[in-house]
Amino acid sequence: MDINERIKGQLDAHPVLIYIKGTPDFPQCGFSSQAVAALKACGTEFAYFNIFEDEEVRQSLKTYSNWPTFPQLYVNGELIGGADIVIDMYKSGELKPLLEEATAEA
Amino acid sequence: MERIDRIEQALRDAFDPVELRVKDQSHLHAGHAGARDGLGHFDVFIVSDAFKDVGRVRRHQMVYAAMGDMMQTDIHALAIRARAVDE
Repeated sequence: MDINERIKGQLDAHPVLIYIKGTPDFPQCGFSSQAVAALKACGTEFAYFNIFEDEEVRQSLKTYSNWPTFPQLYVNGELIGGADIVIDMYKSGELKPLLEEATAEA
Repeated sequence: MERIDRIEQALRDAFDPVELRVKDQSHLHAGHAGARDGLGHFDVFIVSDAFKDVGRVRRHQMVYAAMGDMMQTDIHALAIRARAVDE
């Protein structure tokens, strides 16, 4: 399968999906760790993908969304942002309703 | 030219900012996995007309695009605060 179709398939399968370095319990980068902490604090379910386990996904995601760094949070297939944006949205109270709406529809 | 100077120069060329501060925060991350490849951590605060009426994600994408290959060769992580002039 074409790599972009694989990524699209992952995004279709999960309304809230975060691509991170490591896992939510053992993040291997401070930025992934902070973004995951914000998601956990919202209390909604989310899926994750450890980009260290798939170099093809890791490289292709950089061009898929013109976003060269990780983490990358997607809600309903749309890039929400990296650590800065996710944390800003958490602090401003925007993140929780966004995630609640996305997971309620699923 | 130093890494941080090249980053500043690329941002000035791309956005003609009215305010620009780039900080090298690599020392805060020394020893963690992302720092071992020798790439740096930087914090960018930029104010430019170029961001007027542009959404958050797009602003970050514009900054990343201005960094070009440096995202592969010099930069591990870039904290970005991009504002329009009247924000």
